[in-house]
Amino acid sequence: MKLLFSLLILFLMNCVSLTAQTDPKPLKVYSKDGISVKSYDYKTFEYFLNQKNDTTYVVNFWATWCKPCVEELPNFEKLNAEYKSKKVKVILVSMDMSKQVETSLLPFIKRKNLQSKVIFLNDPDANSWIEKVDKSWSGAIPATVIYNKSQRKFYEQSFTFEALEKEVQSIIQ
Amino acid sequence: MKKFQIFAAAVVLTIVSAFTIPTATGYKVGDIATDFSLKNVNNKMVSLKDYKDAKGFIVVFTCNHCPFAKAYEDRIIALDKKYAKLGYPVIAINPNNPEKQKEDSFALMQERAKEKGFTFPYLFDEGQKIYPQYGATKTPHVYLLQKTAKGNEVKYVGAIDDNYEDEAAVKQKYVENAVNSLLEKKEIAVKETKAIGCSIKA
Repeated sequence: MKLLFSLLILFLMNCVSLTAQTDPKPLKVYSKDGISVKSYDYKTFEYFLNQKNDTTYVVNFWATWCKPCVEELPNFEKLNAEYKSKKVKVILVSMDMSKQVETSLLPFIKRKNLQSKVIFLNDPDANSWIEKVDKSWSGAIPATVIYNKSQRKFYEQSFTFEALEKEVQSIIQ
Repeated sequence: MKKFQIFAAAVVLTIVSAFTIPTATGYKVGDIATDFSLKNVNNKMVSLKDYKDAKGFIVVFTCNHCPFAKAYEDRIIALDKKYAKLGYPVIAINPNNPEKQKEDSFALMQERAKEKGFTFPYLFDEGQKIYPQYGATKTPHVYLLQKTAKGNEVKYVGAIDDNYEDEAAVKQKYVENAVNSLLEKKEIAVKETKAIGCSIKA
């Protein structure tokens, strides 16, 4: 009986670790007023551009100081909420500077009540990784990658909700 | 018939250009860069041809508002201090349309240049006509030019160095290395780099 019980526990633990996708280990976790953001260097961050499962990921590169980025954020938030049941997930990748994370990024997430996952890419040697995100990317933000296990598209542009929805629909079908 | 050919050529050109990736336009290393006549913060017009003694130019598309541009201001001043006397002055150009980004108005450019004590011209790309010819997409974005018989030849395009955030942690000073190579008549090792920056608002 004891054996059966421990086997059951083991089985349950396995299930948990299989269903709950674990993110890679961050460089650092920034926390303030109940808001937390994990930081990654590019090498570790690449995981978020290459997840192969049933979900379609919308990875948006932005920063709190980038006006067109902030203007289009509500469209990504709306997409994240409305397409949850269709297995679409938005990841907002902040390009803020590390000294701005506690002063700008965390208060911004709280103030705007952002529901999408926000991570902080802390890798100032951008020349070493910009082309790994996409060959055509000049480095200007906002920029967005939409991908799933069978398709990947890159956009160096701003999005209206309609344009974003159209692109996502073309990829999830 | 001739008219038709021109029309057909125009159609083909339009189709071709419609399929070109926007970031692929603009100058590449080896191209000849256009001169310009743009208004400096002292209200005088500046052209590259005014610099009779220069060997070339460090053209930097930059602006007032962008945190990346701000992070590089002191490094741009240092570049001018070091290289103007060696024949490669900095020419800074604000490509942004102040109607889209009010912090980048001409008046605020004048203010910023005074505050920071810019030793180089800080020009306003009125009507946003020059930056698309260069192909600048963000600030800061550097084009290193060398005077040649053909004109001002593009020798390097990209970032100032490899760490916008922390000058002390910089490992590769791309622009300095490129200018040094030109001065020493050597081949530039890294001719093109990419950096994160604020997209230009036209």
